[in-house]
Amino acid sequence: MIRTEKLSVHYGAFTAVRNASLSVKQGSITAIVGPSGCGKSSFLSALNRMTDLIPSARITGKVMIDCCDIHDQCRSPAELRRCVGMIFQKPNPFPMSIRRNIELALREHGTRDRAELKSITERVLTDVGLWEEVCDRLDMPALQLSGGQQQRLCIARALALQPQVLLMDEPCSALDPIASAKVESLITSLRGRYTIVIVTHNLAQARRIGDDLAVFWVNKGAGEIIEQGPAEDVFETPSHSISAAYLSGTRG
Amino acid sequence: MADADSVVQPQVVCASSTSSSMGDRATFRDGTVSRDGPMSRGAAMSRAGATFRDRATFRDSAKFRTVGVRVKESVATAIVWAAAGLIVAVLGWILADIFLKGVSEVSLSYLWNDMEDAGRGGGILPIIVSTLAILMVTLATSIPLSLATAIALTEHTRDLSTAGRLVRRSLDVLAAVPSIVFGLFGNAFFCIVLGLGYSIWSGGFTLACMALPIMIRTTEQAIRAVPDEYRYASAALGMSRSTTMFRIILPAAAPGLAAGLVLGIGRALAETAALIFTSGYVTRMPESLSDSGRALSVHIYDLAMNVPGGNARSCAAAIVLVALLLMLNLLSAMLTRYVGQKTGTSMFERNDG
Repeated sequence: MIRTEKLSVHYGAFTAVRNASLSVKQGSITAIVGPSGCGKSSFLSALNRMTDLIPSARITGKVMIDCCDIHDQCRSPAELRRCVGMIFQKPNPFPMSIRRNIELALREHGTRDRAELKSITERVLTDVGLWEEVCDRLDMPALQLSGGQQQRLCIARALALQPQVLLMDEPCSALDPIASAKVESLITSLRGRYTIVIVTHNLAQARRIGDDLAVFWVNKGAGEIIEQGPAEDVFETPSHSISAAYLSGTRG
Repeated sequence: MADADSVVQPQVVCASSTSSSMGDRATFRDGTVSRDGPMSRGAAMSRAGATFRDRATFRDSAKFRTVGVRVKESVATAIVWAAAGLIVAVLGWILADIFLKGVSEVSLSYLWNDMEDAGRGGGILPIIVSTLAILMVTLATSIPLSLATAIALTEHTRDLSTAGRLVRRSLDVLAAVPSIVFGLFGNAFFCIVLGLGYSIWSGGFTLACMALPIMIRTTEQAIRAVPDEYRYASAALGMSRSTTMFRIILPAAAPGLAAGLVLGIGRALAETAALIFTSGYVTRMPESLSDSGRALSVHIYDLAMNVPGGNARSCAAAIVLVALLLMLNLLSAMLTRYVGQKTGTSMFERNDG
């Protein structure tokens, strides 16, 4: 589903990610772990071209999503990002009502019919387990929700566009343990329906939810993938000495 | 025993030296060293103990807070409050002065009638109408211009680009230009070159030029203050730049935009010098925007300076002007609160006070 070949991300003269080659199976959850500053987030945002927003960022290498090169001229970044949703570390609902948060992007992408908007809103809010909690106050400002609810709203907002891929950049790390557990079980429930790539600092979480695992580490000043494969295998029998120490908890 | 003694000692030294405001911790350390001799083993041990104990100064903090410090604190507090009080007092004085002198002249018929006898009699309806008309022209030109410029500055230029710097520098210079210069320019350009003559158009455009710098800078700051997270979230949903700007950023920036608007209106309503040369001081009721019209501030100036016996009347006009400003302020505050309630951001504002 997603395949990167020698993907490098540069910010000016600094190289954040070097030669990362990774392939992600359709419908699976791939967890990316590694220390801070090893290029995990840069790698993730290169996958939906969010790096375009940073003026100094430069991408080399190839990213194929659904067999199409994402840097292909005939596909716009907007179309790409519609198919490849992204969830951020800090919940970032727009400062408007819950309903409008979900409908805004849908309207932008051509869904105008009120009944359809309504049914999509109900479906995605049910998907993220928020419908019961907010169904009678959809016109309340989204910023009045709790942090965990905001994050689930952001996931619902991304799901509304029916993406193929969801990129998640530490979606639980700004949340308290209970909200984090809710979001985590939500992510697990999306397995199979969406292809998910999730960056996390929480090794236990990576082990619980990840089908596959990629370990990033800083090597010669730039982040590289030092280990990848099915999550259980990588945790049980890591081949690289650094990742072995990191994953077993004796280092990092 | 010797150790315990030298552990206790420094605290005594410390307290006494501070209370006499002679020395600080360095001298206290020197004192410990000289007491036991610099190289002895006992001294080294006691110093280790002393420095550790020394950190627990919270216990002794009452002793540290000497009279000198307390006096200094209260003097500083008194100064800042006196400054704040002075500002309020000046404002109060001004308001009380114009109110006491002018309030007897203000009545419904004063607001609703034509002027008589160079302003000594009758009302100020034509002047209120002219003022509002000039304000309308000003806002109708300056709001779109300032919004567009601010968007260009925030979204389409990098911070250090030459174009962005040039625009910002020009704005700062424009903001510092004396209003009389704007008046002369407005007269030369709008009245003569564009052939608008002494008219509400000319006055409005001139005021727009004056209000633009401050409105653009506040608008720019308001847009910049919107967290980048919204831009990322919007981009990640595949939304276009214009949707992001008009549906997300600008609504989120609304309170700041309103503040800029109020500042711009304030600048426009307060202006006298620039208007004398551009919209003129004819006291007739304007029939169209191409007519000359006298603004409130010009009216106040004229009554106070050129009309013998017009002083009370000029204070009455000043009351109307201040009331108008307060009303516009109130209106924008209410709008801001309304937008805040819709977006949920007002919650934070209330916390801030």
